[in-house]
Amino acid sequence: MPRKAIQIEQRVEWLSVLSLDGQADASLEPKIPDADLRRLYKCMLLTRLFDERCLHLQRQGRIGTYGPCRGQEATPLAAAYHLNKDDWFVPTYRELPGYLWRGWPLDKYLCWWGGHEYGSAVPPDINDLPICVPIASQCQYAMGIAWGLKMRRTQNVCVAFCGDGGTSQGDFHEALNYATVFKVPLVMVVQNNHWAISLPRERQTASPTIAQKALAYGLDGVQIDGNDILAGLVAIGEAIEKARAGGGPSLIEAVTYRMAMHTTADDPKKYRSEDEVRQWEERDPLRRFAGYLRSRKLLDDKIQALLEDEIRKEIDQGVERYEQYRHDPFDMFRFMYADQTPELRAQEEELRAYLNGQAPHAAPPKDLSRV
Amino acid sequence: MPQMTMVKGLNLALHECMREDPNVLVMGEDVGRDEGVFRVTEGLLQAFGEERCIDTPLAEAAIVGAAVGLCFTGFRPVCEMQFDGFSFQAFHQVEGHVRRFRNRTRGRFTCPMVIRMPYGGGIRAIEHHSEAPEATYAHLVGLKVVLPSGPRNARALLRSAILDPDPVVFFEPKAIYRAFREEVPEEPECLPIGKGVVSRTGKDITLISYGAALRTTLEAAEDLFDEYDIDAEVLDLLSVAPLDNELIHNSVRKTGRAVVVHEAPRHCGVGAEVVARIVEDSLLFLEAPIKRVTGFDTIIPFFANERTYLPDTGRIVRAALEVVRF
Repeated sequence: MPRKAIQIEQRVEWLSVLSLDGQADASLEPKIPDADLRRLYKCMLLTRLFDERCLHLQRQGRIGTYGPCRGQEATPLAAAYHLNKDDWFVPTYRELPGYLWRGWPLDKYLCWWGGHEYGSAVPPDINDLPICVPIASQCQYAMGIAWGLKMRRTQNVCVAFCGDGGTSQGDFHEALNYATVFKVPLVMVVQNNHWAISLPRERQTASPTIAQKALAYGLDGVQIDGNDILAGLVAIGEAIEKARAGGGPSLIEAVTYRMAMHTTADDPKKYRSEDEVRQWEERDPLRRFAGYLRSRKLLDDKIQALLEDEIRKEIDQGVERYEQYRHDPFDMFRFMYADQTPELRAQEEELRAYLNGQAPHAAPPKDLSRV
Repeated sequence: MPQMTMVKGLNLALHECMREDPNVLVMGEDVGRDEGVFRVTEGLLQAFGEERCIDTPLAEAAIVGAAVGLCFTGFRPVCEMQFDGFSFQAFHQVEGHVRRFRNRTRGRFTCPMVIRMPYGGGIRAIEHHSEAPEATYAHLVGLKVVLPSGPRNARALLRSAILDPDPVVFFEPKAIYRAFREEVPEEPECLPIGKGVVSRTGKDITLISYGAALRTTLEAAEDLFDEYDIDAEVLDLLSVAPLDNELIHNSVRKTGRAVVVHEAPRHCGVGAEVVARIVEDSLLFLEAPIKRVTGFDTIIPFFANERTYLPDTGRIVRAALEVVRF
């Protein structure tokens, strides 16, 4: 009967492993083989240089609007590292390093931003979902995938991404609720990059953290330094391990920063200060990771130069493959249904006749003319 | 009269309506500090403050759902959906509440709100940024669905939409946001919702269109005149719910021939409704079957291929020739 506090046995942790100059806290440092650390660094560097090239290609009109991921590379990469090939990776639209780690060809990524559906044609051997634009809607199918994996009695997991803006959408909350009710192997990562286009994180939600939103749904929430790949490797590693063992979903808030514009159609000078951006430059995930590798003697100037050289060649080849891609204008009719409808066939013919400069299809479709 | 783009015309209407009526609110994602991703809401935050020009958290359902409640407390919200593709995240509010409240409560609660959204293809945008879902909304009876085609009628129609006692879904053809300038009168003006206009008078065939496709249709009409000596009348529907019956029948009865043009898919599109009405009430005036020139019944392709999908003057001219030469 009395008024009393309800004890909720939950807490929200903060985790950061690397200092700003890349020194690791030895008590928290994950045990990652040296070869893997080198590969992770190469992928992060590839992401950075490729992202820069994409911006360049956009300015030259060789791709369309582009949404850069500069500054946000650490966490998607950490997540992808822990995934097995048959695990599932569900991004939104700034998870380029995850795609690259998982083996997506560069030209495929360019195709998406270059206006070709082929950019969403997921390679058959990769369980990744294509770039998702409607904010937070991917949280729902990610939860469904995780549920399916559980019902199939697999040990597989699904890692999904959304942004701080996405946490205002119903889809995000509904997905977390289901995920916990059905105890599915979902790791939901929120890339809190502080800006949903022009809306700052403080105006997005009145909660001090996004991680604490987990508490209401009964799952574990952790806030990590999103510009610290080691923090990502530790926290996401633990969440994935728990999910594989049947322990249910987790929410991870990665505190990061969108260093560039929302997309190339956006001008961030309208709503945020250069000063703020400069402050985050000190926290640059690539530089911190490089500092860590240098302190462990896994990286030096010579290796860096070799890597950059190798990566630039790889990017050149990717861009070349993208530019060789030729679109089939009739492709739009082919994937609407498993079996093309007579109506669609007629419309395809109508377009073909028009593009060939022939007389348009005057006769009604055959099955109708019999009526 | 000042010359302005459609973006400016819309912006002007918002400024005018907010100045005149303190109950008019503008709300949506990035409408304040960023002044809208297309700058339609430029200067509103500065002029009217953040209680009336509201940068909302990212949730389309909440924008529209909140607007319903704001209506009940006397406000006239103008909601912005950043792109038409995201409006579906508010669809249950529109379908379940916005369009129904007047009828449900037998007039006690109403939703005098506007839901603005840029729509249509042609600007090399990414996925979910190029659709034309006007027919989807037109089918939700209880809503009015308006699509301007130029700076002057955009400004006038937005004013009418804000003043309208019922919910108006206001589709802004983003392909022509800044495509051309037009003289816009100093004084605010309204256009009646549900009425279209004759954009070009002619006698041989009626071309019926609206939104961004109207420009293409007008160009096709000039091609028909210059190259084939065919004098086409062009109708700009301006509103697809309600539809201007009188305008359509008067023209078609005069010319005896019609082609309907829109960029949305053909199946169950606005063209289907227009053709049905012509057939129902003006069939015996027709000299030839009616044709539709539309987007195909496919998802609009990514931008590298969108021009193939969108009706162009060539497709309109071909269809018109077929109808005229029938």
